Amino acid sequence: MNMTLSIALEYIRNRKRQALLSIFGVMLGVAFFIAIAGMMRGMHDYFIEKLIDVVPHVKIMDEFRTPPSQPIYQNYPDSLIDLRGIKPKEELRGIRGAKKIITKLYTRDDIRISPVLEGQAFLRYGGKDIASRLIGIDPKMERNTSNLARDITHGSLDRLLTNSNGIILGKGLANKLAIQLGAKLSVISPVGVIKKMKLVGLFDSGVPEVDAATSYAMLKKVQILQGKEDVINQINIRMNNIDAAPALAETLEKNYQYRAESWQESFANLFEIFMLENMIMYSTVAAILLVAGFGIYNIISTTVNEKKHDIAILKSIGFSERDVRHIFLYQGIIVGIMGTILGWVLGAILVELLAMLDFSFEGDVQAPVEFNDGFPMYRSIWLYIGGGIMAIISSSISAYLPARKAAALYPVDIIRGAA
Amino acid sequence: MPYPAVELKNVTRTLTEEVIPITLVKDINCTINKGEFVAITGPSGSGKSSLMYLIGLLDSPTNGQIFIDGTDTSLASKEAKEKMRLEKIGFVFQFHFLLMEFTAIDNVMLPMRKLGKLSHKEMKERAEMLLGHFGLKNAAWKKPNQLSGGERQRVAIARAMANDPLIILADEPTGNLDTKNADIVFNLFEKLVKEENKTVITITHEPYLAKRAERQINIVDGRIA
Repeated sequence: MNMTLSIALEYIRNRKRQALLSIFGVMLGVAFFIAIAGMMRGMHDYFIEKLIDVVPHVKIMDEFRTPPSQPIYQNYPDSLIDLRGIKPKEELRGIRGAKKIITKLYTRDDIRISPVLEGQAFLRYGGKDIASRLIGIDPKMERNTSNLARDITHGSLDRLLTNSNGIILGKGLANKLAIQLGAKLSVISPVGVIKKMKLVGLFDSGVPEVDAATSYAMLKKVQILQGKEDVINQINIRMNNIDAAPALAETLEKNYQYRAESWQESFANLFEIFMLENMIMYSTVAAILLVAGFGIYNIISTTVNEKKHDIAILKSIGFSERDVRHIFLYQGIIVGIMGTILGWVLGAILVELLAMLDFSFEGDVQAPVEFNDGFPMYRSIWLYIGGGIMAIISSSISAYLPARKAAALYPVDIIRGAA
Repeated sequence: MPYPAVELKNVTRTLTEEVIPITLVKDINCTINKGEFVAITGPSGSGKSSLMYLIGLLDSPTNGQIFIDGTDTSLASKEAKEKMRLEKIGFVFQFHFLLMEFTAIDNVMLPMRKLGKLSHKEMKERAEMLLGHFGLKNAAWKKPNQLSGGERQRVAIARAMANDPLIILADEPTGNLDTKNADIVFNLFEKLVKEENKTVITITHEPYLAKRAERQINIVDGRIA
């Protein structure tokens, strides 16, 4: 065995109790990192999985990221122009050339699309007027891009096809209206069109805010209601490979100019919260490892003081400063490695214990949170590797400081003191 | 023909970092030949130990030159001095300075392991041979705290001999020993000089021990008296 390493091992063996305490400190740091990071990451992944289950992966909207500039600015780019009294044109909003886009995207195998017209409408029933987000859909295409068909609790999505005046309401919305399946209600659009429609289905998406305001009807009917014949204002896209969403959104936006938003962009703020949570977790783990580092620093400083005679004789024999530094540095690394191994074991146990927890709460994101099958833990070898690396680096630094001091000791001073 | 193992030329060591500079060793000129047994004597604080640390390359002179085995050490790098200490010099101090965690044989093997010229088996054999030579055959596998003071000091001498050095430097090796054990240590030194042609330089306070050396160098106030 390496000579400096064998000396380091003997020194540790001689201070078992203190070494054990330091090892425990490192162990806790590593174990908590694996458990907490596994929990956080597991929850984040769970949320994302739920989210992308309910939202379109990419949506093309009838708006532009930056409004086109006035023609005069385009013609005289370098001139100083004062343009006053600009009035927006009253135009029919919607995605122009939507048919072309849909036909083109429809042929792709890796994505499924659904054109919708979304707008506001009042629902009147029994003297109650309630505002709703009315979404015009093509049931056959919608089935492939959302969970609406699955979420319908009463009636069915297909009844929209058989009953062209049918409407599907969210559970909460139906409750507010106090309406029963099969009843007829009035739908009033902002442009003043009134239509009698029949309630053919109820859905429960699990998100109360959505259920209390959303309604679905045939695309054609909604276009008539809103006075926007043949117009759609959003194309929802679902993909097989969700990670490709930002790239697809970018291409679509480049090709058609309309704002195309990936799910990653839609939930950017959620990812920021996740990032913040990660920062909190990392600082907690860093604090634990810092405390463990103090322990290591303490034990090695004490050893250096106690072993001054050994340092003196080793140096007078011809050991270099590097050898002496290694003896003490190795002690820290040994503590770090042992703590890491124990931390891995404890971490794995903690992960499995946490995974057994059952609880549920109502999430304020667009998905209900129910952990009936235990907590969704993230398990990855990288957490173990990352925890180990952090632990060994922090113990090496803690050991390096006293080790450097030991290496710099001047043997003559020690020998004189001992004599 | 005498071959100089240690040569000192105008060696002076001054502690300049002190407020008032203290001169430990002043203008020493002397040659110690291979196979000589030299005792350095002198009152406390006269600079004996400082001289020994200079010869042992643990300290560097402020002025002058020290030649070890013909090499001018004033020009040597730190690494070169470490190598010289490892190969050519063996130290014995008043305090045994054994590593308490290791057995006697492991302590003796330490310098050999640092030098790394022998196989593990050869090191072990040499260490056993040295310990046996010094009457410590049964002590080889004991740890220092299981040994008597005299035995510890003999282990320390065996360690000093580990790499078959040219020079043994002993700084009051008998200071903590009774007369019986002190005699044993000096017998060993005589044996090393006679049988193995080693150069032994030892500091001692005891006149009767100093007389056993072939030559006495008396240091007073940092100078050879």
